[in-house]
Amino acid sequence: MRGPQQAAVVVRGLCVVRGGRTVLTDACFEVQPAQVTGLLGPSGGGKTTLMRSIVGVQLGVSGEVSVLGRPAGSAELRATIGYVTQAPSVYGDLTVAENLRFFARVLGVSDREVGRCVEAVDVGDHRADLVSRLSGGEQSRVSLAVALLGRPRLLVLDEPTVGLDPVLRRDLWGIFHALAGEGVTVLVSSHVMDEAERCDRLLLLREGMLIADDTPAKLLARTGAPDMEGAFLALVEGRAR
Amino acid sequence: MSSRITLAVAARVLRQLRHDPRTCAMLLVVPALILTLLWWMFRDQDVGFTRLGPPLLALIPFIVMFLVTSVTTLRERSSGTLERLLAMPTGKGDLLAGYALAFGAVAAVQSTATVVLCVWGLGLDVTGPVWMLVVVAVADAVLGTALGLYVSAFARTEFQAVQFMPAIVIPQILLCGLFVAREQLPTALGWISDVLPLSYAVDAMSGVTSSGTGSLAGVDASVWGDLAVVVAFTVVALVLGAATLRRRTA
Repeated sequence: MRGPQQAAVVVRGLCVVRGGRTVLTDACFEVQPAQVTGLLGPSGGGKTTLMRSIVGVQLGVSGEVSVLGRPAGSAELRATIGYVTQAPSVYGDLTVAENLRFFARVLGVSDREVGRCVEAVDVGDHRADLVSRLSGGEQSRVSLAVALLGRPRLLVLDEPTVGLDPVLRRDLWGIFHALAGEGVTVLVSSHVMDEAERCDRLLLLREGMLIADDTPAKLLARTGAPDMEGAFLALVEGRAR
Repeated sequence: MSSRITLAVAARVLRQLRHDPRTCAMLLVVPALILTLLWWMFRDQDVGFTRLGPPLLALIPFIVMFLVTSVTTLRERSSGTLERLLAMPTGKGDLLAGYALAFGAVAAVQSTATVVLCVWGLGLDVTGPVWMLVVVAVADAVLGTALGLYVSAFARTEFQAVQFMPAIVIPQILLCGLFVAREQLPTALGWISDVLPLSYAVDAMSGVTSSGTGSLAGVDASVWGDLAVVVAFTVVALVLGAATLRRRTA
């Protein structure tokens, strides 16, 4: 195991109120650098809100959220965080390469980055295609390619594997671990429990409450469940030791 | 603000347009057809085209850019690209200036074509310099862009965005002096007309066609004044528009 390092993300007493409703209650956790951390839980549990709070685009936030040693939302962080929302967030009426070149110019990184990022998510063959002509899975990979521009130190990916076929999902998880191997901190959300086993560490979120913060192996051991689905149920029903 | 990002935004907006040849063709052809229709309507009368042509030269770029910008910005909000850009080092000013630059450039091409047609094809009488017609048209287009940017913040759907055109643009067309000379409006409507930007846009355009000699660069001082008012409204709309771009949202 790695020695003690400064956490990439530190969250203390985070509460988020949206439209008078509390959607996150007193979340406290750290995200370790150069790991793939999974944010798992059912839809509507607050995963997106938590990710938006870390990226610094969420209103109604109280408590402390610091990213790479700075308060979330600081201007200095904007070029060092890659954020992929559930919407494709790329221009459908531009080609893949034109999208990447535009965001590369906004970030001030060289055009050579475009080729690297397009290849990293395996959409190199579609470089000259309009994004609107691509499948949903290809569009979300283009969106991921944009997030990889300029080698961000933290990647925040909101359900990047939803709706993808198993081969593509496996490949994407391979990419996430390769990035973590290069020192990138990867925070990935999913509502599919079997993806939990692919993470180095897990945060389980349900109804705005963090119900677990552990490694997959330890969660299985603690709950005595045969799989992640069972571990989640055991935690919800208070059977964990 | 960063000139690199501003230019990137402008180039990207123009590139999106280039992928849409039908829109490009309509941006050039429709104003020409409308002005030709107007000329044809008044062909057997003396003053009609000379009186109504300049206001239309002012109205068309304003309306077109207002609509194009409000729909584009709304799409940018709903697709998530606006959120992504604001999570990057993009300044709000970069976005607004990029849009203004891109649509200003489109308006320059559109207006040049329309002005050339009116002056040399349809025989519009212009005593002031012809280039000033293009300058005023570009200012009107950028005003339309600025208002479109601001207004799009209040629309949740494209249907709503398009409804802002009759709500915000048509009253200005009614009160800008096209139908009833502004001095002849009932007092209260005259006051309203005085605070609407399109009134000054139309006055500026009409002023160029009747500018006399011996004025500043061949353009009457009143035209420069009207143009300054249009620019001031544009700046205010851009500042208000910037306030509607939020990095943090609920």
